[in-house]
Amino acid sequence: MHLKYESQLREPLVTGNKTYHQVTEDIVRPIEAKPSRLWYIGFYIAVALLCFGVYAVYRDVTYGIGQWNLNKTVGWGWDITNFVWWVGIGHAGTLISAILLLFRQGWRTGVNRAAEAMTIFAVMCAGQFPIWHMGRVWMAFFVMPYPNTRGPLWVNFNSPLLWDVFAISTYFTVSLLFWYSGLLPDLATVRDRAFTKLRKRLYGIASFGWSGSTKHWQRHESLSLVLAGLSTPLVLSVHTIVSFDFATSVVPGWHTTIFPPYFVAGAIFSGFAMVQTLMVIIRKVFEMEDYITLGHIEAMNKVIVLTGSIVGIAYLTELFMGWYSQNKYEGYTFWYSRANLFSPYGWSYWGMMACNVLSPQIFWFRKMRRNVFVTFFMSIIVNIGMWFERFVIIVTSLYRDYLPSSWSVYYRPSIWEVGFYAGTFGLFFTCFFLFAKYFPVIALAEIKYVLKTTGDGYKEKMGHIEEKPLETFVHEQSHSH
Amino acid sequence: MAKKKFVVACFEDEAVLFPAVKKVRSTGYKIHDVYTPFAVHGLDKALGLRDTSLHTAGFIYGITGTSTALGSISWILAKDWPLNFGGKPHFALPAWIPITFELTVLFAAVGMVLTFCYICQMAPFVKKHHFHPRSTDDLFVMVIECTEKTNVSDLQAFLTNNGAIETEVQVAEDGWWLGRYDKNEVPFENKTVAA
Repeated sequence: MHLKYESQLREPLVTGNKTYHQVTEDIVRPIEAKPSRLWYIGFYIAVALLCFGVYAVYRDVTYGIGQWNLNKTVGWGWDITNFVWWVGIGHAGTLISAILLLFRQGWRTGVNRAAEAMTIFAVMCAGQFPIWHMGRVWMAFFVMPYPNTRGPLWVNFNSPLLWDVFAISTYFTVSLLFWYSGLLPDLATVRDRAFTKLRKRLYGIASFGWSGSTKHWQRHESLSLVLAGLSTPLVLSVHTIVSFDFATSVVPGWHTTIFPPYFVAGAIFSGFAMVQTLMVIIRKVFEMEDYITLGHIEAMNKVIVLTGSIVGIAYLTELFMGWYSQNKYEGYTFWYSRANLFSPYGWSYWGMMACNVLSPQIFWFRKMRRNVFVTFFMSIIVNIGMWFERFVIIVTSLYRDYLPSSWSVYYRPSIWEVGFYAGTFGLFFTCFFLFAKYFPVIALAEIKYVLKTTGDGYKEKMGHIEEKPLETFVHEQSHSH
Repeated sequence: MAKKKFVVACFEDEAVLFPAVKKVRSTGYKIHDVYTPFAVHGLDKALGLRDTSLHTAGFIYGITGTSTALGSISWILAKDWPLNFGGKPHFALPAWIPITFELTVLFAAVGMVLTFCYICQMAPFVKKHHFHPRSTDDLFVMVIECTEKTNVSDLQAFLTNNGAIETEVQVAEDGWWLGRYDKNEVPFENKTVAA
């Protein structure tokens, strides 16, 4: 039986004195109601952006990626910046659902489902960039190792770019499985409440015939735990491997051993910021304040200030090593190209410093951590900062090559590069709006599971029991059996 | 196919459910299954179910992934077509660790999910008999299988006394979609009732 107990000192994670049925009602309501005007407006904007992106990509394929403004030395520009940015965002979901599950962090239950969905959509967006960057996209399958008639000519398993192919595709698959297996019981709840035949049929298909049998729950728990255990090193490995794309090269500014932990911290940082952006919107639009409480927001802001500071230390370490190594190429990259405000791309470095290192320090104050407005604003700032970070790493290392004759070209993106990026926003938000409309945005069954330990109504009852002297309690209990 | 008769009892609270499960089992009724809206910890033990071996399967799938990755990469880069990448050794084990790790995770995760769906008999178009629609909402539904000897009204009264808020009799067709307990897993032995 429930022998789990949570201290009164911890603030309740579910407020509003809910019963199991109320939890179902509250979370399923947006699925069963007609979408609001706001939803339609947001959805159409997202679809419009997506269409623009599709057109930009269509042009990429027709005319080649020469229509991007990449040049002789800046061979990676907005495309790979955006790729790394989206992959980074895609790290928070699995971190919340896997690592925080293993660490037994109760507050993850309110936000994990939407964060996992966000992860999957972000990885989908990320994947677009390397794929379309290939140029001859119809040959994309060449990255897969399979027996072929060209030798057989195999892929290079020693290359970090191939590791990336495996890492990103594995990450996408495992995140999708983790997310969907968790969704099954909740989709069954929606199915069993369906008021039309079509709904019943569609949610019936989607829920795989879930019944809630004790044996199935037992296996489901085991599955979730092992998937969490697998995802924990996986999520750390993915961004480590992404950082290897840079760290294994011999380019000043990339050739750095601190890249793996620095990239992982940055990924968590930007991922949490995106989760905050979406959670603040969801709790407002769907009136989920009882499930995504200020406590949840505060917890995530603590992660943001921690990871933001880790990233800040990494920036300073890089600067220090640029000087300490006495390597003139390293020194040039870090002290001239980046930290010098008056160099051509100095604005991006200081934009990054301001957004990622300085401004999150506001979250040392509890009042700020619990302020929804500040949180929302900061989440946007952090994501801009993290975009700058990838831009700084990629472009400032490339635009001044070893060969000064290639120095003159100042890289700025063409409209089609920007359009492609805007298109991935369209893809992301189209998926997210559809998810929010047709799937439970909060993990129903998991909320019910923690309700009797962390719900405010239950905590209050426990509070009354705790007020009694121990002898009275023991006396009452021993007579009731 | 044969029809089976069941008594379906609904409970509102897991704290009432646990003693009821214990009583029903010690009286000698055969619990077909208990359907709950969320994972109730300890209920599997109370019902006398054995632990799942799904994680063992996951381990085996993982090992399969590891050996697939190491085996095929070694064969490809060292045997089938040894390419020279900048004079590095053909058998470059450290460089293969990332892909080996990824494939281990991939095989374990995909294998486990497919196994989970298979052993729970879950798939997109599967139709199962659901005893109570609120078992995925807020009710804990205990389903007891009747035999020829079972006195249904006695059983219903017994369940109501033990805290069931409603009881009903249902007839369902026999088959795997009812769960597989009636076949190869016989967890409900009346001899071993949890203390």
